[in-house]
Amino acid sequence: MNAVLPIAPDGDVVETSFTVEGMKCAGCIAKIEDGLGRVPGVASARVNFTTHRVRIQHHHLAEDALQSAIGALGFTGHAFVGESDSAARSESRALVLALAVAGFAAMNVMLLSVAIWSGAEGPTRTLFHWLSAMIALPTIVFAGRPFFSSAWSALRHGRTNMDVPISIGVTLTAAMSLYETATGGRDAYFDGAVMLLFFLLAGRFLDSAMRAKAQDGVAALMRRVPTDALVLRPDGTTQWRAASDIAPGMKVLVAAGERIGVDGVVETGSSDVDRSLVTGESVPEPALPGSQVLAGTINLTAPLTIRTTAAGESTAIADIARLMEVASQGKSRYVRIADRASRLYAPAVHTLALLSFAGWMIAGAGVHHSMMIAVAVLIITCPCALGLAVPIAQVVAAGSLLRAGVLIKDGSALERLASADTVLLDKTGTVTLARIEPLAGIPQDPLERGALLWLAQSSRHPLSRALAASLERDAVLPVPLTHLVEHPGLGMEARLGTRTVRLGRPDWVDGIETVTDAVTAAFAMSGSSAHVIIFGDTPRADAPAAIARLRDLGFVPQLVSGDAEPVVRALAKRLGIVGRARMSPADKGRAIEELQASGRHVLMVGDGLNDGPALKTAHVAMAPSSGSDVGQLAADLVFFGDRLMPVPVAIVAARRTMAVVRQNFALAIGYNVLAVPLAIGGLVTPLIAALAMSGSSLLVVANALRLRGAAR
Amino acid sequence: MTGLVLLIPIALALGLGGLAAFFWAARSGQFEDLDGAALRVLIDDEEVEEPR
Repeated sequence: MNAVLPIAPDGDVVETSFTVEGMKCAGCIAKIEDGLGRVPGVASARVNFTTHRVRIQHHHLAEDALQSAIGALGFTGHAFVGESDSAARSESRALVLALAVAGFAAMNVMLLSVAIWSGAEGPTRTLFHWLSAMIALPTIVFAGRPFFSSAWSALRHGRTNMDVPISIGVTLTAAMSLYETATGGRDAYFDGAVMLLFFLLAGRFLDSAMRAKAQDGVAALMRRVPTDALVLRPDGTTQWRAASDIAPGMKVLVAAGERIGVDGVVETGSSDVDRSLVTGESVPEPALPGSQVLAGTINLTAPLTIRTTAAGESTAIADIARLMEVASQGKSRYVRIADRASRLYAPAVHTLALLSFAGWMIAGAGVHHSMMIAVAVLIITCPCALGLAVPIAQVVAAGSLLRAGVLIKDGSALERLASADTVLLDKTGTVTLARIEPLAGIPQDPLERGALLWLAQSSRHPLSRALAASLERDAVLPVPLTHLVEHPGLGMEARLGTRTVRLGRPDWVDGIETVTDAVTAAFAMSGSSAHVIIFGDTPRADAPAAIARLRDLGFVPQLVSGDAEPVVRALAKRLGIVGRARMSPADKGRAIEELQASGRHVLMVGDGLNDGPALKTAHVAMAPSSGSDVGQLAADLVFFGDRLMPVPVAIVAARRTMAVVRQNFALAIGYNVLAVPLAIGGLVTPLIAALAMSGSSLLVVANALRLRGAAR
Repeated sequence: MTGLVLLIPIALALGLGGLAAFFWAARSGQFEDLDGAALRVLIDDEEVEEPR
């Protein structure tokens, strides 16, 4: 069980990753791996507990089937689409190997250096210097490559970055130390050079672990739209055609359960359409002749003939994809705090080293002595603690947040989250749970309840499924019925003995005309009165508490929703916040643009595809893991579970992280202020350099570890 | 001094051994799931005949 052997690739095994909620212990791991392994068609399943993911290798099973298999085991799984981070991972791996080599070399060179500092003289000292050189030089060549190549590419383009002083410092130090060794000199800085690389690589590695994974939200979005459609030709024959070859006016056939490939108007047929991909709306909308349907939505109950109004690149969903693309280009202009610091830092260090060299030359110290002092300045000012200051704080905070159920997807997300001053919340799936649930009107009579459950279980209509799930939770036993008939677009009918039982649209079941805006269904058994069942989505249990905490943090949360006015107003009133209804995806994006144009930094919390452009436009974005793939890909942070509290918790953690980052900067710079004068004064020995360097780095790390409980 | 000739190569060889072990571990994915590894030790390896 514990051996991980890659399955021999026999051609038809594919791999799918799921994010799994609810894993708590060893038993859960075993349950998921064994349970999924028993599903026919699954080759193997491997849980990664740290990332809360399970990788399933299978023979082309549908994503839905795997998801329900995870559900059957008692966990909630969401397909994870962002697994295309191989570039970032191979970079991390290269860095960790370089880090290991540098660590090994630093330990061994330090061993020899301690001997020298304790008073080794003459030939022993020279021997130890040579041994150090033998270890250090190959290490510098191997472990220094990330810095050398980055510095070289910056210099080639006439720019400078943090890696330039590092590369110059390390190379100069190694060269000077080699010269000292060859001439039997007293001070060699091999230990300093190697330790420098070790600390810098540690910072670099932590940083790469936090780096943004490939976020191809737009491609993921477009994968959801069928690439072809069944076209009905004027002569009555049908033909599959690529979506791009379909012209407006053509008629397209869509079977029940299929995704619609074009935007259009229904010609014949009446059905329900699941528009959740486009609107985030979980309740299906009826599609009758004359009503509009959009590409990417699912035709649920009956076949439809659709007259195309737009196909391929001109569909509404393609528009959303373009909006997201444009928005994400604007976002990449954000410059991270560490990069801003290094822009100032590099020239300062060069100037300082050059000035000390020139100063000592003028003072008549000789080239050798002046050079040694310049090297000491470079070593002392090398930004070990500075390089660690940001990533260590972010990694510790990210670990703490992950334990609290928030996954950080972008390295700069915490910085941006800390500076957010306005919160916009989507309604469906964000403030509310995306599940629809029967709120009222379920019959109390055991016989009726049993019959209702049986009917609900025999349909795949979302309202039926919600009903069935709710009744099953109440431990109702189904009462078997006979003569089941499904009337597409209307409801289900069956018989219990001589009584007719119906579940469906209220006007069909009992001629009831519903006047509310709410989603309703009716259930009736002939001989007793009909029940109108009202459905709705329920707010997350802790939504009021989370909103109150956001307010305590100084925010004025706003609700933005694509939903109808009364629904939004009711929820906004209940939570005591401002709500805006009937917002299209572009409206939401525009609202955020306006706020940001007036200098606000907007945190957008949303889940659906309809929030995609808004999530991309916003300064920083969060999405629940139960939301659409697009929402998760577009967001910077993803939170798990049924609670909304992770949103304020993440904001608090982000603010604390940035406070620690600023303290770390102060510590690192303060150390330089103390040590640089010593270096310029020529008072720094290799021992002092080693102590100062490791001391300041440890201080920064210790300070960052205070963030372990940041997400409580 | 003669002791050093023997001891230093031994120290270096041991260190290199550790480094090689780390390289192997990193390459074979031993660090992919640190929390999970701590829990997997508790899972019974034997096939359970009947589910409880």
